[in-house]
Amino acid sequence: MIETKEINYTPKDFSSDQEVKWCPGCGDYAILKAVQKAMPLIGKKREDVVFVSGIGCSSRFPYYMDTYGFHGIHGRAPALASGVKLANPDLSVWQITGDGDALAIGGNHFIHAIRRNMGLNILLFNNRIYGLTKGQFSPTTDLGHKTKSSPQGVIDNPFHPGELILGAQGTFFARAVDINPRHLTDVVVEAEEHEGTAVIEVLQNCIIFNDKVFSEFTAKENKDEALLYLEHGKPMIFGKEGNKGLRLNGLEIEVVTIGENGVTLDDLIVHDAHKVNPTMHFMLVRLEYPMVLGVIRSIEQEPFEQRLTKQVEQVEKQSPFKNMDDLLLSGETWDIK
Amino acid sequence: MSVEKQELEKVVIKFAGDSGDGMQLTGMQFTGTSALLGNDIATFPDYPAEIRAPQGTVAGVSGFQVHIGQTQVLTPGDHADLLVAMNAAALKANLDFVPVGRTIILDTDNFKRRDWEKAGFETDPLSSGVLDNYNVIEAPITSLTKTALSDMGMDNKTVVRSKNMFALGMVYWMFSRPMTHTEKFLSDKFGNKAPIVAEANIKAMRAGYNYAETIEALSSAFTILPCDLEPGTYKNVMGNQATAWGFLAAAEKAGLDLFLGSYPITPASEILHEIAAYKHFGAKAFQAEDEIAGVVSAIGASFAGNLAITTTSGPGLALKTEGLGLATITELPLVVVDVQRGGPSTGLPTKTEQSDLLQALYGRNGESPLVVIAASSPANCFDFAFEASKIALEHMTPVILLTDGYLGNGSQPWKIRTMSELPEIKPNFVPDNLREEWLPYMRDKETLARYWGIPGQVDYIHRIGGLEKDELTGNVSYDPINHEHMVKTRAEKVRRVANSIPNVLVDGEQEGDLLVVGWGGTYGSLLTAINQYEGEKGKKIGLAHFNYINPLPKNTAEVFGKFKKIIVCELNDGQFIHVLRSNVPGFKYDRFNKIQGLPFTVTELHDAFNKIISED
Repeated sequence: MIETKEINYTPKDFSSDQEVKWCPGCGDYAILKAVQKAMPLIGKKREDVVFVSGIGCSSRFPYYMDTYGFHGIHGRAPALASGVKLANPDLSVWQITGDGDALAIGGNHFIHAIRRNMGLNILLFNNRIYGLTKGQFSPTTDLGHKTKSSPQGVIDNPFHPGELILGAQGTFFARAVDINPRHLTDVVVEAEEHEGTAVIEVLQNCIIFNDKVFSEFTAKENKDEALLYLEHGKPMIFGKEGNKGLRLNGLEIEVVTIGENGVTLDDLIVHDAHKVNPTMHFMLVRLEYPMVLGVIRSIEQEPFEQRLTKQVEQVEKQSPFKNMDDLLLSGETWDIK
Repeated sequence: MSVEKQELEKVVIKFAGDSGDGMQLTGMQFTGTSALLGNDIATFPDYPAEIRAPQGTVAGVSGFQVHIGQTQVLTPGDHADLLVAMNAAALKANLDFVPVGRTIILDTDNFKRRDWEKAGFETDPLSSGVLDNYNVIEAPITSLTKTALSDMGMDNKTVVRSKNMFALGMVYWMFSRPMTHTEKFLSDKFGNKAPIVAEANIKAMRAGYNYAETIEALSSAFTILPCDLEPGTYKNVMGNQATAWGFLAAAEKAGLDLFLGSYPITPASEILHEIAAYKHFGAKAFQAEDEIAGVVSAIGASFAGNLAITTTSGPGLALKTEGLGLATITELPLVVVDVQRGGPSTGLPTKTEQSDLLQALYGRNGESPLVVIAASSPANCFDFAFEASKIALEHMTPVILLTDGYLGNGSQPWKIRTMSELPEIKPNFVPDNLREEWLPYMRDKETLARYWGIPGQVDYIHRIGGLEKDELTGNVSYDPINHEHMVKTRAEKVRRVANSIPNVLVDGEQEGDLLVVGWGGTYGSLLTAINQYEGEKGKKIGLAHFNYINPLPKNTAEVFGKFKKIIVCELNDGQFIHVLRSNVPGFKYDRFNKIQGLPFTVTELHDAFNKIISED
């Protein structure tokens, strides 16, 4: 066992002795590496970090982290994580989940965890398919997509995870892709710094059952033209030449090219992740082209556990009962001799 | 007819009216006053599932029954000696429950044609003769209340709302009870916010008291003397409150914070309400989004080192099934309280039933044994909540504590415990000498409980989960031999809890002709029944009542062997009898079951005992 006299970790310190068993070429490997890289930057002691998960390929993640870990049951990880956090608010609690685990079987727990805004970090691996059960459609699979359980094509409307999170009063939402682990590491660190529930959607390739699902954005030849990395306070620019951007046109976002039709840098939308009104954030998460990455929303709001602590202090002041014996002997009592 | 002189030792009073008439409050006030006078008491609130069922109908009748006595009272009583019926529907719903010769107080203002028709009477009950053999006190309670409060400048609706206090005043006079307890209650409740309401209610109660005196209601008005309870300091507790306090006490004793993950459900919600009030004791009451999150958040809190519990009733226990499997395989301490109600499905939410014993024992996938115990009185809900916590923490297992609607809502004088007299609770933390070599599934050799390594400690960093565990490292293992070994080990760990629990005791005769067997909430009824049994001459009858169901006490078979016949009495269609047939074989078990959402009556138990004794 590694001694942790002072916090001077390397990513390797967070790698457990368990053999990683995802399919060769799975996007999850890159995510695991990115998170292990983020941990020393976060600087929490290993024994104060807990990774919690539900069921699915992604949910094996806690076994591979040399921290405390709890591989739970399908969809219920937000409840498990909430219990851990409330029992000991000093812990850094991470939930690993997938599009099926979080948005289908665990949809209820997911939205309520976000609404409460407890200090949880949720990594939502979205590969738009069920991998562990071998290839059925998920709540994020595109309409018309043919899978084992939709041989004629999916007729369910898919969720946009970002919309669901914003609709559930999310205070932090970021998006990243498995092909850019360095960016993911940065976002993971930002998520930990956020007080309250932070959700990161990671677009992740399932090489076996849904290969190249995001390739229109992530393929080498496409990524520069199809991915836009947001930065707070900066104009929304993308493209190989760095000359494309997003402009607001009425209630729509449109793609423009700087220098064409009189468009200048000043016409572009400047990203404000801290804006409490989520309207622009909704527009960004819905945008089909380019795919917007980075911290889309990050607003300050007192997290659940701090509100709870305040109530505890208040009750402590007001309650006539200071200990259990006070309570047991309270109210009307009588003696029998 | 003349007023029959009624027995002084024990009296059952039932207050019944529309669900908006304040009958629960009225009953609880009478209970509180009587308890303070040193009477023993048992109560049974009986209310509709609908918050406001149609007014004036039998479906909307709310009742509160209280049994008070100068000797020990074990049940809320089979029959009412006094029925207070605030309207015709209340009379209709309860008349069968009042033996002839007993007293009925009627609010005649609510016995107009429209009222008795709505209640389902074919003819006017006041003149049809159905009340001929009762001591009926016809009192225009509503209009007398209006007159009494006419000078207070209040609107009619508010005035009429005080009629329950008028009725309570009458009953106080009849039973020589002082009004001080209720006067204080009303002043405290309304004094600051609405002093006029407090004043009106007190005035109505006094008017009722004086009215009863004036009309000499029940000329045999009597006094019930204090009960002969064992010496000590007492207070009146409800079962759900006692349950909550048992957990608070266990957490303090174990030196842990208490975590409750719960979703509101009748009749268990009061436990959540009670624990939510004591945040500063380190108690966290987390109202989750559903039953599943209730249990799973508790499992998370247990992993992180809290005394973790979840509270529910039958349908909620069904939803917690998967979570309980997770707690079983991760071998974490957890207590689940099931305040049982009539099932299946939504069933009878406000009625009692011993409905979930088999669900508690067997309702999970795979081989997933856990400890099941049951409380048997409102007051000992405290002891068994404490005991459930102790077993969970010391044996590293989920424990299901079964109470029921009758225990949870019923109240009883409770001999107050102090923290110093409660036993120690020693959670199964990793012993210091194992700190170096510790592995997540290392076990205590005696109990087979694995050691509890808690996040925040560098020596115990580990991963657990719902996949089968290696017997020592806790790593995922698909090894066939390991799986069989782990299944057997988890079962043996639960079996060994039998080494830490008391023997089952026998009330009444220690050997003889008939052993009555019961479990959980029926103790009061069964004990009263065997104590009062005078059936066939010379027949010896005993009662073995179980609080520990899985595992069973070690002396179970020995006790059963001392009687010629065994009758298993349950408020369900026969569940414990299944358990006994498979776990304590070699005996012939007879049964008596009642599935009406109501407690046993002593009379029907005696009939059942007689029948079985006379059979050869």
